[in-house]
Amino acid sequence: MADHNTNAAQAESDKRYWAANVRIILVSLVIWAIVPFGFGILLRPMFSGITIGGSDLGFWVAQQGSIIVFLALIFFYAFRMNKLDREFGVDEE
Amino acid sequence: MDQFTINLLFVGASFALYIGIAIWARAGSTSEFYAAGRGVHPVTNGMATAADWMSAASFISMAGLIAFVGYDNSSFLMGWTGGYVLLALLLAPYLRKFGKFTVSEFIGDRFYSPTARLVAVLCLIVASLTYVIGQMQGVGIAFGRFLEMDEDTAVIIGAAVVFAYAVFGGMKGVTYTQVAQYCVLILAYTIPAVFISLQLTGNPIPALGLFGETTGAEGSVALLTKLDQIVTDLGFAEYTAANGDTFNMVLFTLSLMIGTAGLPHVIMRFFTVPKVSDARWSAGWALVFIALLYLTAPAVGAMARLNITEQFWPNGASGEPVSTETIATDPAYDWMATWQQTGLLGWEDKNGDGKIAYFNDKNAETVAAMEAAGWGSENELTKFNRDILVLANPEIANLPSWVIGLVAAGGLAAALSTAAGLLLAISSAVSHDLLKGQLTPDMSEKSEMMSARVSMAIVIVIATILGMNPPGFAAQTVALAFGLAAASIFPVLMMGIFTKVNNKGAVAGMIAGLVVTLIYIFLHKGWFFIAGTNSFTDADPLLGTIKSTSFGAIGALINFAVAFTVSKMTAPIPQEIEELVESVRVPRGAGAAVEGH
Repeated sequence: MADHNTNAAQAESDKRYWAANVRIILVSLVIWAIVPFGFGILLRPMFSGITIGGSDLGFWVAQQGSIIVFLALIFFYAFRMNKLDREFGVDEE
Repeated sequence: MDQFTINLLFVGASFALYIGIAIWARAGSTSEFYAAGRGVHPVTNGMATAADWMSAASFISMAGLIAFVGYDNSSFLMGWTGGYVLLALLLAPYLRKFGKFTVSEFIGDRFYSPTARLVAVLCLIVASLTYVIGQMQGVGIAFGRFLEMDEDTAVIIGAAVVFAYAVFGGMKGVTYTQVAQYCVLILAYTIPAVFISLQLTGNPIPALGLFGETTGAEGSVALLTKLDQIVTDLGFAEYTAANGDTFNMVLFTLSLMIGTAGLPHVIMRFFTVPKVSDARWSAGWALVFIALLYLTAPAVGAMARLNITEQFWPNGASGEPVSTETIATDPAYDWMATWQQTGLLGWEDKNGDGKIAYFNDKNAETVAAMEAAGWGSENELTKFNRDILVLANPEIANLPSWVIGLVAAGGLAAALSTAAGLLLAISSAVSHDLLKGQLTPDMSEKSEMMSARVSMAIVIVIATILGMNPPGFAAQTVALAFGLAAASIFPVLMMGIFTKVNNKGAVAGMIAGLVVTLIYIFLHKGWFFIAGTNSFTDADPLLGTIKSTSFGAIGALINFAVAFTVSKMTAPIPQEIEELVESVRVPRGAGAAVEGH
């Protein structure tokens, strides 16, 4: 019976862990979409007044800025998730 | 020492290095053969993934595509890097937790359906094989030029080298060879770029030089402003402006992203790290190493476009064009004669004025201005193949001959590392999924490795033959590979992890995404790529402004929609699969999954 209880508690904890993970993913993916598709392409005319080295913000985002944001997102996610793993005790070792 | 000897030295030394590494890292077990024993450090794995991913297309073609189109081709930069975010967040950690060897194995187990596994194997083989052909073709064209041998010989030498290290080393040998190949290719890409950036802007970092200042007619001016000025003066579209269709650009970028995250040889790399957390870091490190090249590429493109344009108009667009005599005698123009021999560059003094005028002769206003200035009404730079830009770049900028030798070795490293990764993906699909998974499940570990090696040898022979006799559709096949991966593999993997879609839903989704995408491509590129059988062209596509190369994202959407609908109407997944999904979502115990093998 005790075993059953710990199993149920474990399943509950895993469920909360997964929900937290999905939240982090959603926030990250919103940024992932807004930067290249928004600032790099669709919203470029709105920010054409901001000049960067002979062109505008949108051009920089499309050619370099997006890549830097993608990098930051992946490292943020890895860092955040490893922390979450430890909080829920699901990390390895 | 002449240029040929130097090229030979660089290429020969790099080949010796790769084979040496392969001998040192021989694979002894299936785990080492398919997943390098899962003992690869995330940084090492990231570097190998970067070499695996960056093919002849990234190294040779991309900067040229950006140079001659400008802003609109930023899609390649954003698309081919943004896919790594999807990989890191949505696929890599969970597939590593699952702890098997191949992508199709996950699909087969998760959807408890041998049919699903078979469909996945099929998608994987078609996508990878078409990609491999393109790599072998790249080896032939580029290195036929540098090593002054005919294309076929170059393809055979390249195939022999890949064979040597992929067949004996397996994933372990390939991983460590790819680390060496990454070092060679990144040096070969950035060193000439640093030189050129210093020449033009005085900034040693090309990525910053792109947005830096250069000397213009009236003192210091932004490099991009100067480039925009000279190309518009010659009647071409403004470099930094959006000239194409916005909706198509969004879809094309998205298709490249989803396609990247669905390419089996890239996904496979995340099976090689020890832990789930390592898979997350690994994707980040891969993108760091990819970004070193991708942040440099737009600078290479813009600077090369400026250099080339100025070579033809030494005193600006209002001055005189370069004379045929200068091209023939000035050493700064030697590159033109060498590249003319390849047939990829051509010029002709059409109006016999002794000058080569390079401008956009489809722009009526420019034609009128050129005629008034006496340079004729036709563009006299008759041919400039975009693919030669990166390779000819060091010669155009008059860089020392060792830099040219290094670029030769770098381009070869890019093509070979990708070819090896793809061969591994195909051979594991054949031996592990098809033979062991379906036909002869009781095969021993030893005979499984043997069959993996034999299937790899067969694939190399097929790829070499096709690479020597290219069906003439390299660009289309690459588009097909991406379209297939985006429309079939990525959605089904994602649904396998994040949803409870059942077996029938997955199979229906994969087939629907695949078939619709294939039909859309064939409608525009010809049925089975046979020229003249197409009903539409990418200039005037079937659906609005959606070109066939941008259709992958729509194919993925169709896959998701069909899978959800079918899954809703059929029986839910059984209890043990529910438990499998739950276990894949939690990192705990991924090490144990390895012990199980």
